[in-house]
Amino acid sequence: MAYTEEELKKELETKEYEYGFYTDIESDTFPIGLSEEVVRKISEKKGEPEWMTQWRLDAYASWLEMTEPDWANVTYKKPDLQSISFYSAPKKQAKYESLDEVDPELLETFNKLGISIDEQKKLSGVAVDIVMDSVSVATTFKKTLAEKGIIFCSISEAIKEHPELVKKYIGSVIPPKDNYYAGLNSAVFTDGSFCYIPKGVRCPMELSTYFRINQAGTGQFERTLVIADQGSYVSYLEGCTAPSRDENQLHAAVVELIALDDAEIKYSTVQNWYPGDKEGKGGVFNFVTKRGICHNRSKISWTQVETGSAVTWKYPSCILKGDHSIGEFYSIAVTNNYQQADTGTKMIHLGNNTRSTIISKGISAGKSQNSYRGLVQVGARAKNARNFSQCDSLLMGNDCGAHTFPYIEAKSNSAQIEHEATTSKIGEDQIFYCNQRGIDTEKAIALIVNGFSKEVLNKLPMEFAVEAQKLLEISLEGSVG
Amino acid sequence: MEFKEKLVSSHLAFDDGMDLSDLVHQTRVAALKVFEEKGFPTKKDEAWKYTSLANLINQDYAIFPKDETNVDLKEVKKYFLFDTDTYKVIFIDGVYSPFLSNTTHDGIDVCLLSAALSKPKYKKLIDTYFNKIANQEDSMTALNTSYAKEGAFIYIPKNVVAEKPIEIIHFSTGKEKAVWLQPRNLIVVDQNAQVQIIERHQSLKEHPVVTNCVTEIYVHQDAFMDYYKLQNDLESASLIDNTYIIQEKNSHASVHTFSLGGKLTRNNLNYFHKGEHILSTLKGVTILKGKQHVDHATLVHHAQPNCESHQDYKGIFSERSEGVFNGQILVDKIAQKTNAFQQNNNILLDDKATVNTKPQLEIYADDVKCSHGCTIGQLDEEALFYLRSRGIPKKEAKALLTYAFANNVLESVQLPSLKKRINNQIAKKLGVSLGFEL
Repeated sequence: MAYTEEELKKELETKEYEYGFYTDIESDTFPIGLSEEVVRKISEKKGEPEWMTQWRLDAYASWLEMTEPDWANVTYKKPDLQSISFYSAPKKQAKYESLDEVDPELLETFNKLGISIDEQKKLSGVAVDIVMDSVSVATTFKKTLAEKGIIFCSISEAIKEHPELVKKYIGSVIPPKDNYYAGLNSAVFTDGSFCYIPKGVRCPMELSTYFRINQAGTGQFERTLVIADQGSYVSYLEGCTAPSRDENQLHAAVVELIALDDAEIKYSTVQNWYPGDKEGKGGVFNFVTKRGICHNRSKISWTQVETGSAVTWKYPSCILKGDHSIGEFYSIAVTNNYQQADTGTKMIHLGNNTRSTIISKGISAGKSQNSYRGLVQVGARAKNARNFSQCDSLLMGNDCGAHTFPYIEAKSNSAQIEHEATTSKIGEDQIFYCNQRGIDTEKAIALIVNGFSKEVLNKLPMEFAVEAQKLLEISLEGSVG
Repeated sequence: MEFKEKLVSSHLAFDDGMDLSDLVHQTRVAALKVFEEKGFPTKKDEAWKYTSLANLINQDYAIFPKDETNVDLKEVKKYFLFDTDTYKVIFIDGVYSPFLSNTTHDGIDVCLLSAALSKPKYKKLIDTYFNKIANQEDSMTALNTSYAKEGAFIYIPKNVVAEKPIEIIHFSTGKEKAVWLQPRNLIVVDQNAQVQIIERHQSLKEHPVVTNCVTEIYVHQDAFMDYYKLQNDLESASLIDNTYIIQEKNSHASVHTFSLGGKLTRNNLNYFHKGEHILSTLKGVTILKGKQHVDHATLVHHAQPNCESHQDYKGIFSERSEGVFNGQILVDKIAQKTNAFQQNNNILLDDKATVNTKPQLEIYADDVKCSHGCTIGQLDEEALFYLRSRGIPKKEAKALLTYAFANNVLESVQLPSLKKRINNQIAKKLGVSLGFEL
């Protein structure tokens, strides 16, 4: 069978969203709209202490003065914040000790996604803190973690149980005034994950959360805070899938990472929010602020596989504040149909002898637009900063676009910065070479795309690599082997 | 924004004695409206993120050129390409100097824009070309258009090769305390014609001068245009250069920019493609020190299939100097088989020097080969050691390496005498007296 690129394109266009189902769980949902009252209510509902309520209200006050950014290379109808509900929690709020107690329908959902909790518990040793809509409903392996002194819980729990840690670090990397969506999140976040690794502890397993937007018409505002104390190590996984929806849903998460001296955080994301249908109708708006701060000799590594969302606006960043700190960013962004992605990273070099690596792979198909936007900044006092950036784009079909907007600002003469970007399509000669050696065109495309993204896929933890492959397959079925 | 108001209100005085019903004049009035509305660009504009005009426009400038000032030939001779015979269009404080110039109407037209605007003979050319590709919405361009009156006008007819290079030189004498000059050049290279042009802005005395220059260049089918911008002005002078080039089928347009001097220099270099098999070349060498600031903003708009563009900008920054590179490659959906390359390499020699670079690719076609590369670094310590171990003093060794770094751009200079001069200027700038006759 001669499998041409045209056919592949067609197949991609007609590929339906596999995970488009909707779980019917009774939810406790706020009336729509946003006001100071709503912010107070959320805080009250979560049983938060006074300082947290005040923190939210301050964030809300400064958010009111901000305007929605429009510099990104994406076009969309701005979500009407007065028409979404800011709080939605599954009714059954009891904490489960074992999986048997969890709503079977919920378990069914996860089974459909192929993330069997039992299996993961047994086989991969992943502790899963499942976040469905906004409240976490199951936490596993907590005991194993507790023995090591690791705190891994929902952020609302952390606010109650570990206020000193939360108070010290929340908003320290991404202040509520940082940007429009971070401000909004700070005011109305309903839940998220909290993780603290004590001094010198190497977290024995990959920590992971799965996010889902479930209730119709609810915005989801996750807040994640990961603190790795001196000399500790943690690998954190985050994966997202969302059910099919016609109206646009807003997802404005904030992720803050703090790597203290000699610590290492590896943060991996597989993002597969509902991208909208073939006509570009519906889909999730993903406006996420992710940033980490590195103290002396510490390392933060971001790895992401972005296949979903109608509009993505996401720049996981590293502030290399400490001497000898390291920042890494590995990304694959796949866009198809009418998806738009404006994603990249910021590496802010402040300490001496800091290093950063950026590898970004963009694959655009259909009528999608895929942009890389990055900043590499070397401060005047940062000696011997080193950066290497590589942004490659692969275009499939004639209606898509690939764009690169790198910003490089060097204020130190000891900085060494390299940036390179290429844009190309799968070459006819490459396919011909494969054909000539008896590999059919379908396999050849798979081979080439796989090779194109290998550099990033290799960076994913073993447990996640399988899922990443699976999600890539959904987005570009037939092209990834 | 006092100076802005002066520019707007002084337009009435500029109008005086002009034919107000004239089409060109209507263009000026419309452009003034755009400038009045937009004002000077600020750092809030994405395109001016790294370059601020605030320090330039917070003072007053004389905007109308005084009558002709005489300058002795021996005073300015060193700025000419004296060992090559050239056509010359020379302006002193914005006023044409017939004494120093060497214009022609023999076969080709090398003359003044003011003459072309007023003579009926050129009406057709002016109607076809004047202010047609300049960005009407850009406020600095609009400001220039609103006062557009004088500059060089060059027309090379079909199948003609201009046998001598053309020099366009603007001198400012410092007779006025501070001057704001706005020359406007129009260059038309008709089918299968060829021309080489050298442009330079030079102040003869330390005094504040700002030049806001617009050049429109039309390169027709099979034509070849080779343009050199020499920017080696005194450190009191600033230049905002806006160049718009439109190319037709099979043409080749090349612009070399040598930024060695000036206080603040902004080069807006824009290429638009109107046919297939076009070749565009953009190259530049920037060597700065002190508190100098140079900003290269390039745009290559690939709108047709099978075209090629090459960009290569090298920057060497010492002391507190600042360099900006803002390159944009835009590939339209129909521009298949485009090859677009962009390269920006920078060397920072001192701790206080800054480089901001933003090489952008915007690609809407799939069958393309586009790439950009960008580096910021230092001179190779090992190479330096190698040279020094062979008895070359540190300064000379550094200069040699710097020169080698810039050589890619230098070696594509087509005029031998110009190449030699630039070599000497670079050597001077680097503080060495090596011949560099490599």
